Amino acid sequence: MKPVRSMVLVSSDPESIQKGAQEVFQRLQQEVQAFGLEEEIAAAMVGDVGRHDAIPLLIVYPEAVIYGPVKPDDVRFLVEEHLLKGRIAAGLQAPARELSGRIAWLSARKGTLPAEQRIVLERAGLIDPEDIEDYIAHNGYEAVGRALSEMTPAEVIEEITRSGLRGRGGAGFPTGTKWRFVAKTQSDTKYIICNADESEPGTFKDRLILEGDPHSIIEAMTLAGYAVGAHEGYIYVRGEYGLAQERLGKAIQQARQMGFLGEDIFGSGFAFDIHIHSGAGAYICGEETALIESIEGKRGEPRSRPPFPTTYGLWGKPTVVNNVETLANVPPIIRNGAAWYRRFGTSSSPGTKVYTVLGSVNVTGLIEVPMGITLREVIAIYGKGMKRGTSFKLAQTGGSSGSIIPASLQDTPMDFDSFARAGVSLGSGALLICNDDTCVVDLATVLLNFFRGESCGKCTPCRIGTERTHQILTNLSEGIGKLSDLDDLLVLADGLNQLSNCGLGQTAAAPIRDILKHFRAEVEAHVRLKVCPTGVCSMSGRQAKAA
Amino acid sequence: MRSKAAAKPYRRHIYQGDPLAAPPPPELMVILDRHRGEPDALITALEEIQAHYGYLPENSLRYTARELGFPLSRVFGVATFYNLFQFTAPGRYIIRVCKGTACHVNHSAEILSHLKERLGIDENETTADGLFTLQTVACVGACSLAPVLVVNDVTYGNMTPAKAWEALAELRGESTDGPSKEEVR
Repeated sequence: MKPVRSMVLVSSDPESIQKGAQEVFQRLQQEVQAFGLEEEIAAAMVGDVGRHDAIPLLIVYPEAVIYGPVKPDDVRFLVEEHLLKGRIAAGLQAPARELSGRIAWLSARKGTLPAEQRIVLERAGLIDPEDIEDYIAHNGYEAVGRALSEMTPAEVIEEITRSGLRGRGGAGFPTGTKWRFVAKTQSDTKYIICNADESEPGTFKDRLILEGDPHSIIEAMTLAGYAVGAHEGYIYVRGEYGLAQERLGKAIQQARQMGFLGEDIFGSGFAFDIHIHSGAGAYICGEETALIESIEGKRGEPRSRPPFPTTYGLWGKPTVVNNVETLANVPPIIRNGAAWYRRFGTSSSPGTKVYTVLGSVNVTGLIEVPMGITLREVIAIYGKGMKRGTSFKLAQTGGSSGSIIPASLQDTPMDFDSFARAGVSLGSGALLICNDDTCVVDLATVLLNFFRGESCGKCTPCRIGTERTHQILTNLSEGIGKLSDLDDLLVLADGLNQLSNCGLGQTAAAPIRDILKHFRAEVEAHVRLKVCPTGVCSMSGRQAKAA
Repeated sequence: MRSKAAAKPYRRHIYQGDPLAAPPPPELMVILDRHRGEPDALITALEEIQAHYGYLPENSLRYTARELGFPLSRVFGVATFYNLFQFTAPGRYIIRVCKGTACHVNHSAEILSHLKERLGIDENETTADGLFTLQTVACVGACSLAPVLVVNDVTYGNMTPAKAWEALAELRGESTDGPSKEEVR
């Protein structure tokens, strides 16, 4: 990359594009040319930058000044003032998302960027994702260089194990342990798979990583390959993520040209290469064995386990399947050491977690915060409070596969173990914040309708269980439910949870159990009083009966 | 002995000719040739076929099975499993109403029922004039704009039933020359 005086980045997530990011970018290129600055100024569209409150955003480095929302007509003025004359146009700056004094351990970075702890999203929105040299300039490929020249595979695994990194896909399985299983399995061929089939409703953290920092995933997969002795990797990207696929493709090309992929990486004799595999729209393919089936070109139906993928995975070979966010944690750990990583988060769940904050809060968007932060803090600090003075009723974590968290649990630290003790799950990182207007029966009906549609149908408990529970919940919302239905729901929920073959059926029951545990009175009102306390449910069945 | 065994009566069978007697059309052949001998290429091949035709014509599935050496049942099984694939020609505009959780709590169901009513079609159907296909989608990852609908590749955020219909009416008005980006927004 040529040295440039300034780097200008334009956010280009779908929302920014809807609000005119494309025009802003075109105008930017025109104006830069008009002022004869094209030698000094580099411009790029960077995907999602993690804040959605003042988009489209235009970020100028090295000053890290954020402008937003930027209209195409503002661009000329900005280029003239900031890039030509060097004066910051204060009037167009995005409102700062500053740190509240309450949590001192969250370090602010560069003043104007969101005050979060960014490890995974360290570079997203900071670098040009289509330029490998920009990545290298920001410590890129340093971890893999160090590992290949100074560390043995066993030492890499040891470092990851000591860091306490746990899978971010939802289950929280220790990553180091998974790698060790694969490393010690004897086989001539092994595979690394990056699970980027992010289909949980409300979750788009992986897209941000893939669009904003694709090289970090390539580097992490190479490290994983070195650690377990694999020479081939697959990235299974959701079919809808066109931009992410395009950027990954470019990144892989560049990495091959620079010798970070292919034969003899860094002269160490280690060979590794990566293929991209596009998903075709099936939620179940986020399940690791279904994903493997799908890569093999079959229907994405989960396999029976054991044998686990660590011994019998892709094409029957030992396979590591890691989530995008998990992998994005790997290079920083190798670069800075396990002790450094353990400084963040809690002792049993070190590190950070990326959340998408959605729903009835004033500021929605993507945040990366240390493990162990509470829901109350997320709402107050990052969500800037509930909308229009409504009050917090519940949060739904993790897209569909998470839990429904009542207000009484909003001071529980959000990490794997504290949540498990409280009987809820962290899920995949979506936080849908709901206020009083939300009816729990309606919410559960929607979730079960989703599972009903996405169940692959291979195993009976899931296929029938999701259908039956959805039917009963629909009856409740139409005002024709019976009290015995609530007992039936619990029985079905237990069956789903204990008998289903894979995670989809097992977690499908969670919303039912959660609403009956925490909001039983509200559910019973639908039966005893034939009234929906929030006025959301239609209760149409009852009227039809009366008429 | 065998020849003397009572011959079973032949079932009446009208032979209509081999539907695959002709070689695949050249454009399909190009796609299939690219994936010959790759055991994991079935989904990718189907994706490319759909990208070419806009949907999966039945005969293209038969050709895929024959040329790539898969049982036809496997090809149909895979094609029907994934939501991406469709088997009828879509309309010019594919409307996808998001029914993700975030959109639902912002009343996306009302938008869907309104569009169904106004267009006179159900989910996964196409209007008689071939303009609009109505679909739903679990999440498009634009949740802070909820509720959203996506028409082809353009996302419409913060929708209401009325605004959604307005957007479609606008598309209908310019459908003669297809959507251009500025006008859609």
